[in-house]
Parts: sequence; C-alpha cells; structure tokens
Amino acid sequence: MVCPPPAQLSSLTLLGFGDCGWGATLLWGFGNSLMIALGAYAIGFCIGVSGAFGKLYGGPVAKDLLAVYTTIVRAVPELVLILILYYAVPALINQVLLGLGYERINLPQFITGVVVLAVVQGAYQIEVLRGAILAVPQGQIEAARAMGMPPVMLARRITLPLMTSNAIPGLGNLWLNATKDTALLAVIGFTELTKATFQASATTKAFFTFYGAAMALYMAISLISILIFARLEKRSRRGQREQRA
Amino acid sequence: MPIQGTTAAKPIAIRVAGLHKSFGTHEVLKGVSLTACEGDVVAIIGGSGSGKSTMLRCINFLETPSSGTIEIGGEAVAMHTDGSPSDRRQLERLRQSLGMVFQNFNLWTHKTVLENLIEVPVHVLKLPRAEAEARARKLLARVGLAEKEGAYPAYMSGGQQQRAAIARALCMEPRAMLFDEPTSALDPELVGEVLQVIKGLADEGRTMVLVTHEMKFAREVASHVIYLHNGVIEEQGPPAEVFGAPKSERLKQFLKTVG
Repeated sequence: MVCPPPAQLSSLTLLGFGDCGWGATLLWGFGNSLMIALGAYAIGFCIGVSGAFGKLYGGPVAKDLLAVYTTIVRAVPELVLILILYYAVPALINQVLLGLGYERINLPQFITGVVVLAVVQGAYQIEVLRGAILAVPQGQIEAARAMGMPPVMLARRITLPLMTSNAIPGLGNLWLNATKDTALLAVIGFTELTKATFQASATTKAFFTFYGAAMALYMAISLISILIFARLEKRSRRGQREQRA
Repeated sequence: MPIQGTTAAKPIAIRVAGLHKSFGTHEVLKGVSLTACEGDVVAIIGGSGSGKSTMLRCINFLETPSSGTIEIGGEAVAMHTDGSPSDRRQLERLRQSLGMVFQNFNLWTHKTVLENLIEVPVHVLKLPRAEAEARARKLLARVGLAEKEGAYPAYMSGGQQQRAAIARALCMEPRAMLFDEPTSALDPELVGEVLQVIKGLADEGRTMVLVTHEMKFAREVASHVIYLHNGVIEEQGPPAEVFGAPKSERLKQFLKTVG
C-alpha cells in the first residue's frame, strides 16, 4: 500500500502501528534502549562492586589500575569514550581472537553498545559504591571480623546490605543516566529510541510529534524508575530510624 | 615469671607475651604480657592512652601486633615477621572462640536482635537454624531481652543494645570473653544493668578479659588486675592488693583521680 503524504496524516496515525505509522519503529528503538541500559547497568554494577572493594581493600597494583580506570573514564566526555571504545573494543577482541588463531568476527552493535556503556557506568558506580562502603559504621564490620567471619561472607552479609541505603540515591542517578546515555549510541548508527525518532521525523517531517513521543517514553522510564528506587531505598533502610531534617 | 601462682593447675585460655604495638613511630605497647587461665577474670585498667584497649584488641588481632606472641587455648596465632596474621583460616577459627563486646555495641543495624544473635552460629559455625534460635532465645531471656528478639537495635536503649551484644557474643559459645570498655558509652543509669550481666558471667566461671573504667566493678569481679601506664604494665596482682595496697606512686595517683 502506498501511504499518502505524511502531512495529510494525523499524529495518531503517524505514531500508530498501521502501515503508515512509525509506532513499531519507535517501540523497537525504545526496547533496544531499555535492553542496552539494563545490560550496561547490570555489568556496570558488577564492575562497580568489585572495583569499589578493590579500591578499598585491594593490593597496590589493583588500586592503581582502578584509579587509572575511574579517572580516565570520568574525565573524558562520554560521547568521545563511546566513539573510541566503539572502534577500540571490536578491534581489541579481534586482535585477541587472531592472536589465538581464530577468525575475526563482526561484533553485533548491540553487544558493543552494552559493553561501551557498561565501561562508563562501571567507573561511576565504583565511586558511588566506594563512598557507600566507607559510610558503613566501621564497628559493625569489626564485630563480624572479631567473630571470625570470612571476608567474602562479611562483604555479602554485612557490608553490602549496610551500604545499600547509602548507595541507592547515587545508583538511582546512574540508572537514569544509563537510560539516557543510550541516546549517545545513535552516533554509531545503532537504532535505539533517539535514532528511531530521528528516522521517523526525518521521513515524515513531523518533528514535534515524534520528538514529543520520544520525550514521553524517556520520561516514562524515568518516572517508573524513580518509584522503584524509592521502594528499594525504603526497604534497604529497614532497622534505621527515620531521620528528621 | 609466674603471673598468677595460684592458677597454675588450670589450663591457659589466653596468653599474651612480649606484646609490642606501634602506630607509625608512636609505640603504644612496650612489651606487655598477660595470662588468663580458664575461669580467670583479668581486668585491665589505666588512664586514657595507656594502651589498654589496644592490648585487648591485639588478642583477637583487630589490631595487628608489631611483635610478641598471642596464644588462644594453647595455640599460638601464626604471624608473619611484621606481626600480621599468616593463616587466615586459623585466625578465623580462633576468633570464633573469643566473644568480643565493644564500647559502642556494634550490633548489626539491618538485623533484628534475634538475627544478630544467630548470624554467626548459623552462617559461620553452620549450626542448624532451629538450634541456633533456641540457644539465642535462652540467652536473650537470660539478659532480660526475651521480648526484644524482633526489635531492631536502633529502637533500643544503649543498655539493651549492650546486653544484646553480650548475648550475641555468648551465642557462639566462646571459650573466653573480651570486653572493651563495655559501659563507657552508656548513660549512667544504664551502666548497672550491663554490669549485672557481666557479673553473672564472672560468677558462673567464664574466662574474661575486661578493659574497664569501673574500678569498683573491677575490684568486685576480677581475679587479677593489670594496671597499664604508657604502654607498660606498671603494677598487677589480685584486686585486693592492687586496689587495697597499691605500691607504685602512679597507681596511687590514678586510683585517687578515678575515685
């Protein structure tokens, strides 16, 4: 079917899922954004936890390496990092593969996007989590140590739950950043929400309609996330008395 | 050098010998020793900065000694030459036999009182949960906190928290108890309830090393008193001698100032 010129279509038709609508494209981009953000955030969290403990309790080499990592990543604009890593990560992986005698591969954009954003997230999460660990009352950690609790169990059962309430506001910020940083992946040609919006509006010239819709979708993620983080924070504060400001 | 001549027949629970500890260039402990046989109550007294807390904390390696030896139940804690523990598993095992009570209670604030008590028995000592809970409830009843098992520490008074912390240490069924100024952070009216619990433990023959500012209490419960001054044991002996007939000028002065 041939669509009539976009100017003759209503906003609802343009945003809809019909043959002449761009709803499916937007939703696909939205799904991609969400999955990239989730993936990057989850990997970033693993980097963050191990990096924070490494910075606090690791040996001198680990501490130095982590300091270099967090300094560089936080000092360079994310867009620049994304461009560098977008070309560097696949090249590096291929170099390793070739070195091991394997064929070179084409890394899917999705995976590259997740890895790149995870590297950025990890650096920021290390610092948030390090601060949260330092804010745990030392005496409670000492009590566990004095009772002969092994270090890994102590981290898992005492330090992590105690630091959670300190970490959640910062981690919430970083999650909101992660959802919006996905938009930066548009520059490497990955079809996430911003890129999909750009395509739709460039084709139809209905800029306001599509960017308005994209804004609504970004806001929806943020608002729902804020609610979820508020509940998590409340739960992590069990046992604490309410602070009166 | 026999430190306690009358207790030679009893097995030694804790022995500290030639303990030195420096923080940077500042030497806090200059070669102190201590022996606690089973059933002994050793009280360490001294002014602030005398090194008494550091001495206690070296026993379970919360502070790393600079040199010297620490024996728990006849087993020396393995150390590197710089004093740091060289066998983590051994240290963990030995720490499980020492119940430590802190000045600031240090209950885990994200756990209820009962969860605090069973944490180490269940997860470290691998006791069945039901058994640990039964043990914990018995101890809570003993320290007068039977109704508080579901409470979070932040909602309890300092005295209640400290009694819970004592119960938590006892719940591991330790060989000996270490008390680090257990009443120093308490409001005066709450001191009595905590001292009463500690006295009960002494009366049932528990081995204890106690750092305290409560001279009357030390005199009452201790079998042996150590007076530390500037990282050196200035004087020691049975409480009747140390408090009743102090020999050194410094101890006389100290006892006068603390009343």
